[in-house]
Amino acid sequence: MTLIDLANPTRFLALTARVLPWLAAATAILLTIGLYQSAYAPDDYQQGATVKIMFIHVPNAWLSMFVWGVMSLASLGTLVWRHPLADVAAKAAAPIGAAFTFLALLTGSLWGRPMWGTYWEWDARLTSVLILFLMYLGLMALWRAVDDPSRAARAAAVLTLVGAINLPIIKFSVDWWNTLHQPASVMRMGGSSLDKSFLIPLLVMAIAFTLLFVTLHLAAMRNEILRRRVRSLQMMQASRVAFSSDVGASKEIGAA
Amino acid sequence: MTALSALIRRDIRIALRVGGGALIGVLFFLTVVVLMPFAVGPDLALLSRLGPAILWLGALLASLLTLDRLFMADHEDGSLDLITMSRTPLELACASKALAHWLAAGLPLIVATPVLGLLLNLDMVATGAVALTLLAGTPALTFTGMIGAALAVTLHRGGLLMAVLVLPLSIPVLIFGVAASQAVIVGPMSFGAPFSILCALSLISLVVGPFAAAASLKHGLD
Repeated sequence: MTLIDLANPTRFLALTARVLPWLAAATAILLTIGLYQSAYAPDDYQQGATVKIMFIHVPNAWLSMFVWGVMSLASLGTLVWRHPLADVAAKAAAPIGAAFTFLALLTGSLWGRPMWGTYWEWDARLTSVLILFLMYLGLMALWRAVDDPSRAARAAAVLTLVGAINLPIIKFSVDWWNTLHQPASVMRMGGSSLDKSFLIPLLVMAIAFTLLFVTLHLAAMRNEILRRRVRSLQMMQASRVAFSSDVGASKEIGAA
Repeated sequence: MTALSALIRRDIRIALRVGGGALIGVLFFLTVVVLMPFAVGPDLALLSRLGPAILWLGALLASLLTLDRLFMADHEDGSLDLITMSRTPLELACASKALAHWLAAGLPLIVATPVLGLLLNLDMVATGAVALTLLAGTPALTFTGMIGAALAVTLHRGGLLMAVLVLPLSIPVLIFGVAASQAVIVGPMSFGAPFSILCALSLISLVVGPFAAAASLKHGLD
């Protein structure tokens, strides 16, 4: 089973139809466990109960960058290998990624209000994530502005790869600029600085959100494939109607 | 090499002659800067505080608006197809087109900055700092904006869509350009750090811009 076997949309649809229910079930179970664990995680000695925002905020923030990474890989697939499903994957991922980014910004700002005393601060991490959100919206606007999907796909692929430069900037912004947002504390040299009672629910939530993304992404890709089929069927039908009326008209002329 | 220098000379000549529109950018820059005192009020102290930001915003908008035509005119008269098919690498051709555009439309903005600084009550040092940061930063605006111009040609869409796609990419340039000039005027921060980051941004876009523009032209033109 390689990536090229999935180039046939019918085979892709058949495979995902079998996989999707299991993925959805696994997502639901892991989300339940993660939410339960984070609800019963101990309060922080400084932040109190607001620390629980972290269990939603951090997975959303991770996913906002992960989705752009997936889209960049898909864009490489469009430009380099001309994989027929790559642009479907890129197009389907953009709104999901935008939603994750928006939730990361929203939960972060709700967490920032009690902790930093402000909803918004023009700090390097916040600004770079906001730029990421704007770029998601720009990509979605591009997909909507152009009616030919393959033309839009190549333009969007170039833009996605250019935007991927932003990912390392977001990741390292907290280390390069010493600002309000705390530096990396989970994935860093010398092990995580988080206590186990916080780390385990956080990891469960991260896996659950990743599965949620995979489920939503596959479902959105299926919808996109079906939408394109409907579109080409409609165009075939329209051309058949136009053609048959053409033939009918010429027959009438011939009979006259 | 001769092909590239010929391309640069041709583009500059077209931009400066009647119908070129390079100097309209300067006029637009002037108009935006003159509009600002009407919006914030003619308070000279406030204007000198906001001066670098106003000049940078004006330069950003002026270079964005003139970029719209970077590939469009060549696409309409067919010379873009000749450039794409020629033996010169398309990346280098894109880079020299952007360089020519910067020489014709970007440099006049920097030359106009001292005059506009006078209007905004900036002193000599501040004006010099803004002009220096513009000199270091506008190449980044031109070379990232070139990506948007290439997309505009291949999609047959310009205007707002291009602005929406390109403006987020130019935010870092704006941040560090204004930070460096503010550091000279008010800030306790040093001028060196944001200025070096600004130069780095220009160098990065010098590499990334031509490749991305060439890729979108190669894949998008039919």
